Amino acid sequence: MHVPDGFFNVAVSVSAGAVAAAGVAVCLRGARRELDDRTAPMAGLVSAFIFAVQMLNFPVALGTSGHLLGGALAAVLVGPYTAVLCLAVVLLVQGFFFADGGLTALGVNITLMGIVTVVVGWAVFRALTRILGGGRGAVVASSAVAALLSVPASALVFTLLFWLGGNAPIEVGAVAAAMGGVHVLIGIGEALITGATVSAVLAVRPDLVYGARGLAGPLLLRAADGTTSEVAPAAAAPARTGAARPGGFLLAGIVVTALLAGIASFYASSSPDGLERVAEDKGFGAVATDHALGEQPLADYGESGGIPVGVAGLIGVGVTLAVGGGLFFAVRRRGRRLAEGARGEERVDA
Amino acid sequence: MGAGHHHRIHRPGDSPVHRLPPQCKLLAAAAFAVVVVATPREYVAAFAVYAALLAVVAAVARVPPGFVLRRMVIEVPFVVFAVALPIVGLGERVEVAGLSLSVEGLWAGWNILAKATLGVVASVLLAATTEPRMLLLGAQRLRVPPLLVQIAMFMLRYMDVVLDEMRRMRVARESRGFVARDVRHIPVVARSAGALFIRSYERGERVHLAMLSRGYAGSMPIIQDLSASRGQWGVAGLLPGLALLVLGLWYVM
Amino acid sequence: MDLRIERGERVALLGPNGAGKTTLVMHLNGILTAGHGTVTVAGLPVRGDTLKEIRRRVGLVFQDPDDQLFMPTVREDVAFGPANLGVRGAELERRVHDALERVGMLDALDRPPHHLSFGQRRRVAVATVLAMEPEILVLDEPSSNLDPASRRELAEILRSLDVTVLMVTHDLPYALELCERALILSDGVIAADGPTREILADEALLSEHRLELPYGFAIPGARS
Repeated sequence: MHVPDGFFNVAVSVSAGAVAAAGVAVCLRGARRELDDRTAPMAGLVSAFIFAVQMLNFPVALGTSGHLLGGALAAVLVGPYTAVLCLAVVLLVQGFFFADGGLTALGVNITLMGIVTVVVGWAVFRALTRILGGGRGAVVASSAVAALLSVPASALVFTLLFWLGGNAPIEVGAVAAAMGGVHVLIGIGEALITGATVSAVLAVRPDLVYGARGLAGPLLLRAADGTTSEVAPAAAAPARTGAARPGGFLLAGIVVTALLAGIASFYASSSPDGLERVAEDKGFGAVATDHALGEQPLADYGESGGIPVGVAGLIGVGVTLAVGGGLFFAVRRRGRRLAEGARGEERVDA
Repeated sequence: MGAGHHHRIHRPGDSPVHRLPPQCKLLAAAAFAVVVVATPREYVAAFAVYAALLAVVAAVARVPPGFVLRRMVIEVPFVVFAVALPIVGLGERVEVAGLSLSVEGLWAGWNILAKATLGVVASVLLAATTEPRMLLLGAQRLRVPPLLVQIAMFMLRYMDVVLDEMRRMRVARESRGFVARDVRHIPVVARSAGALFIRSYERGERVHLAMLSRGYAGSMPIIQDLSASRGQWGVAGLLPGLALLVLGLWYVM
Repeated sequence: MDLRIERGERVALLGPNGAGKTTLVMHLNGILTAGHGTVTVAGLPVRGDTLKEIRRRVGLVFQDPDDQLFMPTVREDVAFGPANLGVRGAELERRVHDALERVGMLDALDRPPHHLSFGQRRRVAVATVLAMEPEILVLDEPSSNLDPASRRELAEILRSLDVTVLMVTHDLPYALELCERALILSDGVIAADGPTREILADEALLSEHRLELPYGFAIPGARS
């Protein structure tokens, strides 16, 4: 996506910048709690990994190819806080060191590709693993679905920002359709590769998959005299004791989203650049839709055909349900946990 | 996105632009981009002045135009979009050389093209005249959270190492006759991605151990500190300052 | 396990893959903490409050120099250790220069580590530890992945240093070349301890611990 300068008006750019800064600040604290003094090297290496893996082109269908955004993948592998940090750093480095993505659009880019993909991906993943259980197959399937939904979700938020302050005279519905359609296809590729990657890591080092920490068997210690003893997972891997705290993370996500909506609508109403134009441009429709789909102008990282307008709506509903469901489960889980008292394996806060 | 990220932009040199403290350049480039984005699209003359300002910076920094142009490839997808806008745009239309174009679309296309181009050129000049390491020190001076700066530092250090590992895995795949063609090959590519993650993660752990063994206790020692004089801030402020002046004229007139 | 190494000695710690060599090395520096029992280094028990001192005294050179050289430039990397010990200013500058001079890498001062050759990176890795002025230098597989010339250059550097050296390796000729004394670590215990020449001449002992001299190599002047 990598939105350049001038694509969104100043109001949206600044608001998204505030959202991105708030999100990154929350995640700095969260990651620090999980990784302690390992944060800098670990997140740095994971950022380098994401940077590399985003270059990995994978075939989607019929000679077209896409590449990974990596939000859901990172969330499942290293946890949501670290994932947001890593994606944000990747985008900052691309913006400042490679001139990729406008400097004023950094906030937009971090919000769309860092925060939204991770929040949605993680919420869907948690919700699904709650339902499907924590088995290996369930973790793989959940991460695939999380990836599938995280991409169109990001496209929808892009459309929302576009509606608030996009500098182009295209009907929002057409943008939503084009973005949604293309990104469902990209989402499928993202889902396949995310699921397969998580599965590959689970096969070799299940202990490294943050989203599957309940899965790793107890570590066996072999003493010099040949006896073996079990070590509780928490004691064996003290560095990975930081709890997932999905409730906390989702809460932060909601706050950030609310902030986005609030600030953005404030600006939108005080400087009605985008809204006004949308209101002015009446009596368009079919033409714009066809062209927008034909040119697929907004999707620079996937080349694929269009999908009917209605699909975008369906995605919207699906994402809303998924996020809502994720929140519901997270809240219920938290409530139950508080009622039951500490269950130990998940919640080991500092 | 896609290929092309990993070409480093930095051009070592010893021009007045190179010598400016990184924090000044960082802030100047960002402020300039904000002024550009805030300029009304109808104020065409302003964009010409902005371009001239950047040309002066490039000349002083001795960054050849060809270099800047090559780096602008990154912008291409959005150029396509900007060019498409007059065709797909809405509202009142005009005939130009037999084509029916949207007036609003023309303006929007111009707006995005002009602002994105100026933004990319400013970023390219910043990256070309500032060593990545110095850019990080500058960011730290500007009160970017140290942890974020450190993560970026480790990422930059190990980016090539990780990319090399990825390249070796691809060579290993291809030397055994594998070429990713369609969906069925995704698991193979994904296994490489999985292996790459494990290697990166384990390297992160080893790097942490190496840091511990040399006395790391949770915070990086600040060995080098950069200070900028008032004069240097003044010089760096010329670019966004003049741009702002030009923008101000629009509202005065 | 009790391991006594005299000041100024150069000792090779031999053992097959998986014998616990790297684990032992990590313990010496207090990076890994003992599951059972305690670790005492030079009379200092490895504990939270002694870690800093132990890490100053025992310098660790990792197997992969890319793990060890994590800073953007050679200068910052070599300065990282002493700076963590609180050294600043001219003294820091002196230590960085001294350490790089001793490994012959002073001209790489401002270069990023990833622009150096593998052999150069390993030498800089040694310098990063030397700058902390350790009493014991512990090297993990110092000769691995080096071309013959780099291997020789590193040997010359190690011989020129006046510190105690513990070298973990399965490169037996390298051990013979550099260390007068050798230990064999096998299954977590020290299986042999003696002059390197004698240990390497004992074929039965070597094969018992999955160690072999390379083809065509014989201990000069050995009996068997």
